[in-house]
This record gives sequence, C-alpha cells and structure tokens, in this order.
Amino acid sequence: MASETTAGGVPAVAPPAEGFIFGFTKPQLGALVLMIAFLAIAPFYLYPIFLMKLLCFALFACAFNLLIGYVGLLSFGHAAYFGMGGYIAGHAAKVWGFSPEVAVLAGALVAGLQGWVFGWIAIRRQGIYFAMITLALAQMVYFFCVQAPFTGGEDGIQAIPRGAAFGAIDLSNDMSMYWFVAAIFLAGFLMVHRVIHSPYGQVLKAIRENEPRATSLGYRTDDYKLVAFILSATLAGVAGGTKSLVFGIATLTDVNWPMSGEVVLMTLVGGLGTVFGPVVGAAVIVTMQNYLAEMGAWVTVIQGAIFVTVVLAFRRGIVGEIANLLKVKL
Amino acid sequence: MLEFFETITGIPAPLLFGQLLLGLINGAFYAMLSLGLAVIFGLLNIINFTHGSQFMMGAFVAWMLLAWAGIGYWGALVLAPLIVGATGVVIERLMISRLYKLDHLYGLLLTFGIGLMIEGYFRNEFGSSGLPYRIPAELSGAWDLGFMFMPVYRGWVVVFALATCLATWLVIEKTRLGAYLRAATENAPLVQAFGVNVPRMITLTYGAGVGLAALAGVLAAPIYSVNPQMGTNLIIVVFAVVVIGGMGSILGSVITGFSLGVIEGLTKVFWPEASAVVIFVIMAIVLLARPAGLFGRA
Repeated sequence: MASETTAGGVPAVAPPAEGFIFGFTKPQLGALVLMIAFLAIAPFYLYPIFLMKLLCFALFACAFNLLIGYVGLLSFGHAAYFGMGGYIAGHAAKVWGFSPEVAVLAGALVAGLQGWVFGWIAIRRQGIYFAMITLALAQMVYFFCVQAPFTGGEDGIQAIPRGAAFGAIDLSNDMSMYWFVAAIFLAGFLMVHRVIHSPYGQVLKAIRENEPRATSLGYRTDDYKLVAFILSATLAGVAGGTKSLVFGIATLTDVNWPMSGEVVLMTLVGGLGTVFGPVVGAAVIVTMQNYLAEMGAWVTVIQGAIFVTVVLAFRRGIVGEIANLLKVKL
Repeated sequence: MLEFFETITGIPAPLLFGQLLLGLINGAFYAMLSLGLAVIFGLLNIINFTHGSQFMMGAFVAWMLLAWAGIGYWGALVLAPLIVGATGVVIERLMISRLYKLDHLYGLLLTFGIGLMIEGYFRNEFGSSGLPYRIPAELSGAWDLGFMFMPVYRGWVVVFALATCLATWLVIEKTRLGAYLRAATENAPLVQAFGVNVPRMITLTYGAGVGLAALAGVLAAPIYSVNPQMGTNLIIVVFAVVVIGGMGSILGSVITGFSLGVIEGLTKVFWPEASAVVIFVIMAIVLLARPAGLFGRA
C-alpha cells in the first residue's frame, strides 16, 4: 500500500482500503473464523494441556514473526524473553501470590524491559550480526538464570500455582485454564495483526524492503525497529509466563538456545511473514514433538532435517505455499 | 614480586597462573574457530552455524581413528581435519551452494539445521556423557616453571594454535592463492572473469575453514572429554568474539580470540560468578562504543 503525500509533504490519511475487514482480507477472515471455531471445539476432543502448550508456542511464534516477517530482523535469542517471562510469572504467582493475569503481565513487563535493553544494543548491527548478537545476549541471560537464586538453577521454579483469574475464576481445572490461555492467545494474535496493519506496521514493512530508502523518507528506522523489538519481546514474555502457569514449572529449557532455534523453526515451517503461518508452524512442531517424544535425540535430528528441507526447497512455508497456490494473502 | 602480589590481592599465584593458562587455551580455541568463521564469511557471506558441530566432529574423528583404526594423536592431527573438511566440501556442494543468491540469513538457518542434525546423530550414537581421549605420551607430564607446574600438553596447544593462526595469515596475506582469495572476497565476478575457478575456490575455502574447526577439535579432545555438546556452547561464545573483533581482519580475530580467553580466565580468579557472562558483557560494551567491532570496517 503506497501512501500518498500531499503537496506539503504531509502524509494524507489513507482511505480504508477496498476489500479489507478489520484489516483482514477476505481469505484471512475466513481463516480467522476457522481458527476461532477450532479453538472453541478442540478442547472437547483433544487433550487440553496439549492444546494449551500449542497455543503458548503459537503466540511465541507470532511474537517472533513480528520481527522476522515484518521488519526482517532475525532474532536468534528469543528464548531469553520467553524463558524470563516464564520465570518472572512463576515467581510472582508462587512467591508473591499474584493472581495469574497479573503474574503473566509481570513476566511480560520484565521481558519487555529486557527486550528494550537488548534491542537497543542489537539494532546497531544488521543481518547476520544482529542474529549473532541476539543469540549471545540470550546466552548471557541463560547463564544468569543458571546462577540467580530466584530461578532455582537446575531445579527451576516448581509447583507454581495457577490461582484464580481476576480473583474469581479458579484455574486449577484444565478446562477453565484452557479458556484463559485461549483468550490470551487470541488477544496476542489480534494485537500482532493490529500492529502489522497500522501505519506504524507499514513503516516496518518499508524498513524490511529497503531501509536506506525509509531513512531517506525521514523515518528514524532505529526507533521503529526498537519498538518492534520491545513489542515482540513483551509478547514472547506473555507466552512464556502463560506456559509456566499451565505446567506449574519454569525451567532452564525455556531460556536456553535450543528454544530460540525452535521458535525460528516453527515460524519458518509455517511461513515467514504470513499472519497464520506461525500458528500452523507451532501446531506442526508441537504435535511432532508430542508424537516423537520417545525417540530421544532423534527429535533433534528430525528438527535439523526439517530446517534443511524448508530452507532448501520450501522457503514459503506451509501457509505461504497454500497462499501462493490459491493466489491469496494469508 | 609474586609474594607481593599474593599479599596485595590475597590470591595464590598458582591459582592465578593456572587460570591464565586455561584462559590462553580457551583463547586458542576462540582464535582458531573465529578465524575459520571469518575466512568462510569473507568469501561465502554466510555465518557457518555448523562450525561448533564440526569442531566436535574433529574430536570425535580423532577418537574413532584411535578406537577403530589404531591411529594415534599425530595421525589424527592430520587426518581428522582432512576427513571433516571433506564432509564440509560435500555439504557446500550439495546444500550451501544453492543459497548464494538468497538473503544471507538463509545460510545461517541452513547451517543451524545441519548442526542440529550432526549433534543429534552423535548424541544418539555415543550418548552425552563423553568419551576419554588420552594425551599422547610425547606430550604428557609437566614442566616446573618455578612459580607453577605447566602441563606440557597445554603449552603445546597454545603454541600449536598460535602457529596455525600464523600459517593461515601467511597463506592469505603472502601467497598467490591468498591473493586470489582476497580478490574474490572483494569482487568475485571480476576474479572469475580473469579465469579463476571461483566456485571451486569457494568450495575449498569452506572445506579449509571447516578443517580448521576440526583441527581445533583434535587439539581439544585430550583436554575436554569428547562429547556431542562440546561445540555448541563454545560456538555461541565464538559468535560474541567475532562480533567484538569484527570479521574484517585475520590478525584481528586472532588477537581478539586470545585476549578474550585471557580476560575470561582472569575473571574466573577475581569474580568467578561473572566468568560465564564476561565475554557477552564485553560484546555489549564494544557494540555501544564501536558497533563495527574492534578491527571491523563499518
């Protein structure tokens, strides 16, 4: 969508584009309705814990996709925000006795602040360097979490209570917890969508396509990138915090580098820069891990093989390929 | 002098020198691995995420040569880099070469995936507890330096790594082959127009960079236990080293590698809790002060 400028150089207010409903194209709206229908029906047929895990990772992947898909920044250290969100939410719920929604928000806040600092450091470099820097900073967080007293080191934080949402809805029941998680996921998903389809999101895409040109148009690209980074880290923190409440445990696994690799894989498999890709990718990878759990280290080999296959032959990802076949945007 | 130092800091000199030596050894591995990464990046424009796994493969091939073929340390020092380098050539020809026209990030993702496959495979075959590899008889024992005992093998690792780095620098800066390499790094199509087979050079460069990682792996085998995870944790630190040094200069990455190893060793003496993160903190500071890295070109 090219934005028109008036003679004075002031951006004109873009008229609502044809064929968009709440910023969704018609096929996207169809997919959204399907997704919400699935969310509503699934817990009656599938194991709710599995579905909640899936939704946490789907939100995590959406947060990651905001950076790689729409700003073109490959963060290889998103486990740091996911894991830290989990630790803070777990600590807040268990030690401070916060109610679950406040605990998740606390985790998101700390993850966001961490994203602010790390983003501020990392956006000084682009491309491959950006990936290496975010990975190294995340590994620093990992070593911090190994030693910090509140994380419980190798044991992690265990027996995190789910508590009662808003002080009223008891979440110890898996079904009520599921609705709580589904609501968080849907809110996060719609927020990412809203960000992408805002004028701010248009600038992000402009930066992805051609950063020097965006700079020459007068946009402070570093500021835009930093805000996107903070948003992405915050949402990753929400996902991590929610996950630690679901399972009642926050561990080093969620903050270590393989987790960063996993979210890259989910987004890549689903389709970089597609709205529904991260959700589909997370579903595929979580389901795969679920069924292959007894195969031990072969899961790592299979994940590596999927990485290689997707990069070599299948770069659009599942949703990207479907969208391409149907000639629509998804 | 030494007693004076001990009185001032309350740190026993053997501890200090012991950690300094360990720091130098880690620095030797940082230097050799970041050198390989820089050479590969210069020509291929990809960050070789498989580097850590290839370091690990070097150690494992040394172990296999000994256990299955009876070939000892000295044979492994020559054969392991050749074997692992050959696998690198295959990987480059079959996979990496298909990505040169794409965004460099795909190279990172591809080599990350290859690394996962290699590491997962070795963990399946050999478990994650680690296998022992003996120091060769010629290099066992220790020298009494007066202020500390220095294990001969550790001194050997530092000297050998320095020599390897120097040799790499000489090849790249002082030979005709190195001149082609530097020219192709600047402008590959032009070099190709002069009749140099650039694709073959790219393949061999990748093989050589991988061989360098495997050589470091053989050196590391008697020091650390040979296990599938030995490369991954190291490679993330090496990424930080590369960011600190910048990939523009060969000598720069060698100097950065060794000095960061020493700084890490010293941190272990004075503030042990911080030693795991000190390199990452330095990276952050360098990025704030000099985003292109200490030896990098912006």
